Amino acid sequence: MAADHKTARIGPNGKPVRPFVMPADLPGKLKVWRFIIYRRIVQLGTLLLFFGSAHWGWTVANEPVLIGNLSASTLLGTVPLADPFAVLQIFLTQHVLETEVIIGAGIILLTYTLLGGRTWCSWACPINMVADLSAWLRRRLQIKDRIILSRNVRYTVLALSLILSVITGVAAFEWVSPISMFHRELIFGIGMGWMAVIGVIIFDLLVLRDGWCGHLCPLGAFYALIGKMAPVRILFDSPSCTHCGECARVCPEPQVMNLIKATEAGMIASGECTNCGRCITVCPEETLCFGLRKQNGTGYESPQKLESHQ
Amino acid sequence: MTAKSSRREFLTRSAQGIALAATGGLVWSYLLQQQAQAAPHAIRPPGAHDEVDFNAKCIKCGQCVRDCPYDTLKLAPAGDSVAIGTPYFIPREIPCYMCIDIPCVKACPTGALDPSLEVIEDSRMGLAVIDIENCLSWQGLRCEICHRECPVQNKAITVEHHPRKISKHAMFVPLVHSDACTGCGVCEKACPTEVAAIRVVQPELVQGKIGEHYRLGWTIDTPITQDFKPQQRVDEQPAPATGLDYLNQGDL
Repeated sequence: MAADHKTARIGPNGKPVRPFVMPADLPGKLKVWRFIIYRRIVQLGTLLLFFGSAHWGWTVANEPVLIGNLSASTLLGTVPLADPFAVLQIFLTQHVLETEVIIGAGIILLTYTLLGGRTWCSWACPINMVADLSAWLRRRLQIKDRIILSRNVRYTVLALSLILSVITGVAAFEWVSPISMFHRELIFGIGMGWMAVIGVIIFDLLVLRDGWCGHLCPLGAFYALIGKMAPVRILFDSPSCTHCGECARVCPEPQVMNLIKATEAGMIASGECTNCGRCITVCPEETLCFGLRKQNGTGYESPQKLESHQ
Repeated sequence: MTAKSSRREFLTRSAQGIALAATGGLVWSYLLQQQAQAAPHAIRPPGAHDEVDFNAKCIKCGQCVRDCPYDTLKLAPAGDSVAIGTPYFIPREIPCYMCIDIPCVKACPTGALDPSLEVIEDSRMGLAVIDIENCLSWQGLRCEICHRECPVQNKAITVEHHPRKISKHAMFVPLVHSDACTGCGVCEKACPTEVAAIRVVQPELVQGKIGEHYRLGWTIDTPITQDFKPQQRVDEQPAPATGLDYLNQGDL
């Protein structure tokens, strides 16, 4: 019934609304899953580079490949990398840091300023795999949210972690971060960090959809602010959009799928978009694609705007 | 009316938001305090600043752990007694073998391990202390293994004569000197007793301080501890007492 109703609907561009249909054949499915597969390759690959360098002595030209963890590391024995948020917190404890870690933080900051801040969340953060698992289970078990929480709470948590770093004299988020805990213990040996991971799973599964990544995580909030002006964006071709809503249904941050704003900007302009690419693959009209922000901040021009020009 | 109630609602909601944030912040800072105080006397890698500065500066990346050629260092996992994610070592398991190029300090990107440490003998990871009730040498056996294993040979640990009550033979007992001991823990690793009778601890746990107002005239040029430096030698004779020296006057 509902499906019939949907197919009968006509979109604002005059075309019939087509729902997303999962292809039956494997190649078709793989195409829909392509960004998830790429993301897992990047996430697990990064993890493997860290692990291999630490435990199996992986080297390139006699230099260890990637030493350290996501908080700070050294690439090929020369390039320092560091988590800019962690460095910011340490800086706020009023301690002078070595240049090495500051350069490292600069490199990572620049990378995500270009790639889109929360690209970190979808493509590198190890907790993303756990959160995606929770989200998948929750869909399977059809669990409803238990509480309502504003997605802006993460900015409060971000502010708190900076304030508490000043007050307590230790990097406030780094000391409780399930991300760091999980990643550190995957590489340097298991402790009780899995409890934090289980906590994220249970919270996301039973209490609130995308509860940790989409509502609380201050690192995500940090990168959302960093990535606001990033050139890499998901572009939105409004003339082809039938407002079927499939993109918002799969999006872990559905508030970024504001079609009015997207039409105006010609892209998903919010910094909270994690560039996971789910919307691209479920869109039946190929309205969405990865691309570079156009000059003056707009991608495609909306039809309304074009009319007003004439 | 509506303006007033919406303003009231706004104020109430703001207060609720602030209260929630403050509560969260308090719980969070309590957790941080607990964590930061966990095992404040863990044995840290060479060049580590004092615990407060070290806890603040360490980014918990584990590069020192990876670059330690003896697998001495570990990162404290969550739930450990040591502050989460920070490097430490247990000398009885694997001590620090005091590499002359100090790779762990070189690996540290933040400076939590002080890069100005250039000579490993200057590091102060801890201080060896001897439990003389369980030390074999102090029981009169010829052990002295700690003295022979000590990498700061004959400076950090010396062997001294000590008279014995029940026989004419002297005992040869090890003594630790804090001005040379780096706290590497090789002695603790080598100690043959069931539980090590020589152990590395943070100096402030065991080291006292004489205080500068004590003038130890017979050793005035000898520094007593790492910190003790007499300010000046008193060469002048005490001034003669004023008043009448009546006790020394007249006949006896």
